[in-house]
Amino acid sequence: MRKLALSDEILLKIEKPARYIGGEVNSVMKDKENIDLRVAMCFPDVYEIGMSHLGIQILYDMFNRFEDTWCERVYSPWVDLDEIMRKERIPLFALESQEPVKDFDFLGITLQYEMCYTNILQVLDLAQIPLLAKERTWEHPVVIGGGPCSYNPEPIADFFDLFYIGEGETGYRALLDLYKKAKAENMSRLDFLAEAGKLPGIYCPLFYETEYKEDGTIAAFKPTRDGIPIQIIKQIEMEVSDTYYPKKPVVPFIKVTQDRVVLEIQRGCIRGCRFCQAGQLYRPVRERDVKMLKEYAVEMLRATGHEEISLSSLSSSDYSKLPELIDFLIEECDKRKINISLPSLRIDAFSLDVMSKVQDVRKSSLTFAPEAGTQRMRNVINKGLTEEVILSGAAEAFKGGWTKVKLYFMLGLPTETEEDRRGIAILSNEVAKTFYDTVPKEERKGKVQVTASTSFFIPKPFTPFQWAAMHTAEEFISYAKTVKDAVREQLNQKVIKYNWHEADISLLEGVFARGDRKVCKVILDAYHKGCFFDAWSEYYKHDVWLEAFRENGISIDFYTTRERKLDEIFPWDFIDCGVSRKFFEREWLRATKDQVTTPNCRMQCQGCGAARFGGGVCFEPREEA
Amino acid sequence: MKVRIKFRKSGPMVFIGHLDVMRYFQKAIRRADIDIAYTQGFNPHQIMSFAAPLGVGLCSDGEYFDIECNSVTTSDDMRDRLQAAMVEGFEIVNVRSLPDTAGNAMASVAAAKYVVRLRYDAADGIDYPGLIGRFYDQPTIPVVKQTKKSEKEIDIRPHIYELSCEMEKTADGKEKPVFTMLVNASSAGNIKPSLVLESFYRFAGLQAGEFDWIVTRIDTYTNTGTDESPVFVPLDEVGRIIGETGV
Repeated sequence: MRKLALSDEILLKIEKPARYIGGEVNSVMKDKENIDLRVAMCFPDVYEIGMSHLGIQILYDMFNRFEDTWCERVYSPWVDLDEIMRKERIPLFALESQEPVKDFDFLGITLQYEMCYTNILQVLDLAQIPLLAKERTWEHPVVIGGGPCSYNPEPIADFFDLFYIGEGETGYRALLDLYKKAKAENMSRLDFLAEAGKLPGIYCPLFYETEYKEDGTIAAFKPTRDGIPIQIIKQIEMEVSDTYYPKKPVVPFIKVTQDRVVLEIQRGCIRGCRFCQAGQLYRPVRERDVKMLKEYAVEMLRATGHEEISLSSLSSSDYSKLPELIDFLIEECDKRKINISLPSLRIDAFSLDVMSKVQDVRKSSLTFAPEAGTQRMRNVINKGLTEEVILSGAAEAFKGGWTKVKLYFMLGLPTETEEDRRGIAILSNEVAKTFYDTVPKEERKGKVQVTASTSFFIPKPFTPFQWAAMHTAEEFISYAKTVKDAVREQLNQKVIKYNWHEADISLLEGVFARGDRKVCKVILDAYHKGCFFDAWSEYYKHDVWLEAFRENGISIDFYTTRERKLDEIFPWDFIDCGVSRKFFEREWLRATKDQVTTPNCRMQCQGCGAARFGGGVCFEPREEA
Repeated sequence: MKVRIKFRKSGPMVFIGHLDVMRYFQKAIRRADIDIAYTQGFNPHQIMSFAAPLGVGLCSDGEYFDIECNSVTTSDDMRDRLQAAMVEGFEIVNVRSLPDTAGNAMASVAAAKYVVRLRYDAADGIDYPGLIGRFYDQPTIPVVKQTKKSEKEIDIRPHIYELSCEMEKTADGKEKPVFTMLVNASSAGNIKPSLVLESFYRFAGLQAGEFDWIVTRIDTYTNTGTDESPVFVPLDEVGRIIGETGV
């Protein structure tokens, strides 16, 4: 029987002990005597969030297919256990072996959102690994970061030995082999890191330095050691139908956020929404073969026993074999009494037909993401969704029996005016009005319900808006008030519900998203002052963060509200994500002139640069525009 | 056909709560490809009934749940298939068919037997078996039972059907008491083993901490006698083995 790292007394005292015991269905146990490499994969948030992440499941599958490697999982201990572990000096352990992470060869940390940055420090701290990379020795694991936030790793550069830039399927084997060689040849840790830093896609922050101008912007960023590359090119898996993907994903005991089989149907997005980072980072679009997806769906359902399957991608409606795949799933799932959970599909006749087959129409709601309230504003963000399309989609849906509609918007977009904000309320009213216009009184089942939600726009690296100014928290709150007041003025205001996000956390996210190395010290200090689980509003300590910025003489506004000059050197410029800076610049300038860029990749190439990867949608025959 | 499944729960799995155990078995039944029946409607769910919820931290050798099957193979085959879908810490003991007239697992439960050991060393110079005898000989054992809203005094004596204590030698040569009890586990009058022991410790003038006891449920019973003269039978014994030729 596996021996647990925590005593029964502790496990009986804390919330949800099942977070820490491992032993789930399909978790991988190996005999450590026959293993050369111990890898811990960490999602720096609580188990239920971390276990819902597909990326770790893919890498877990990949590493464990390597015979010489045992990959285990680690998540942030929740605050109750965190306190006990600190008091009793219990080192953070991996779930499978229940052994301390500090004895592992690698600690991989996935960086899915900026607000997890203090949790990285929590994990390192509890693992008893020095927080700063420069203080680590061969006694400690090699700490490596990856995932979307690694595309601007600078605000956390001090905490990582390495970053892996890009998709994990392609380059990790080379890194593991180099590590084995380094150990066999008694290489120094620094020499190993330098060799690693020459591998494709690997960034070792220790070997780079930044020079700043007097105004705080970057004057130069360059390697400090021979052979270390000036540019890091993102790694990308071009053979998405013939690569690692878990046929037997781990099945948690406790209910997690994503408690279902997740089938990733494609990577990337053919649309070019200017606010969206993922849409640029994962270019070009690569579809998985529908035959592979059918086979995996069946195998994954069989191996997990899950009662639900969900499709995953940035824009599922753009998957070319979607009808074929969905027909197959409906038939298979009906046999096995499995639910199909559809990602937000574009609302049209096809998707409404599919949704009416797989969900209870009366209970489910439809989601539209217009993102902005007026056509001018939607042109600026290049969201190719018109009011006409939204309203005709809503009309179809209302005819089909739906009564609940959710609308998602952003506030604080570049060039946004009062009229654009009020447009959110007006569009919501039009949707409600469409219900009364389409459904005759005697056929109305229940009341129409329109829920409009706004989040605050945060400019992200590798988007056309990377130059844009972000708005202040006070401005955000006043914008939300404008929308709220405008909703009240609408004829159908009684059936419109308006929600908005908190502004303080968005502000911090804005700093981290486009921050440089100077921000590392602020994060370190805030952590030492007790900040962690910042993504959880009940644990977010805004005043403490402000204090940490103040004490370090770091201006929040410098990172957020400042519009960048066209030629400014960005902290992330050394990374090449495939899409060229020239393309982003062209898109930024078009945005400021209210110009859209159409059509999408599948219809016409816009020359973003991603074609250099030699595959995906860039090389498919074009449709007629 | 109604089928009753008996399983053991031990090791790290004692930290999986009752609702999660139910979810675990729903998925295990799918993995084992058991031909379970589903409810009608838009969100069909498996027809399944668990006997007596087991508290977090407790081991058990006698847990049960009933399922409704559209078709069955044999007891052995279904047990093996379910066992293959288990993780360490869950073990399928047997699979049996129930007569159509049988009540569901939860309604059938009348009593449960527990063995309780001490996590730490026992207090010196205490005659545990003797004290248990005197404790059990009392005509009434009033305790204060906490409910969600209030607390009320009840007499647990009628709900304790058997109670005994023996001393056993531990690996390091010390002696420790082992308590065995058969108590009411019906949904109306369920008695937690800790409630009995807390009361006993008070009676004996002993101190008890929250984590002093390691509790194992030995089995869960139904009553095939009457209320006045009960006959407690393990829940699987009312079922029949499904052989090659059916039942």
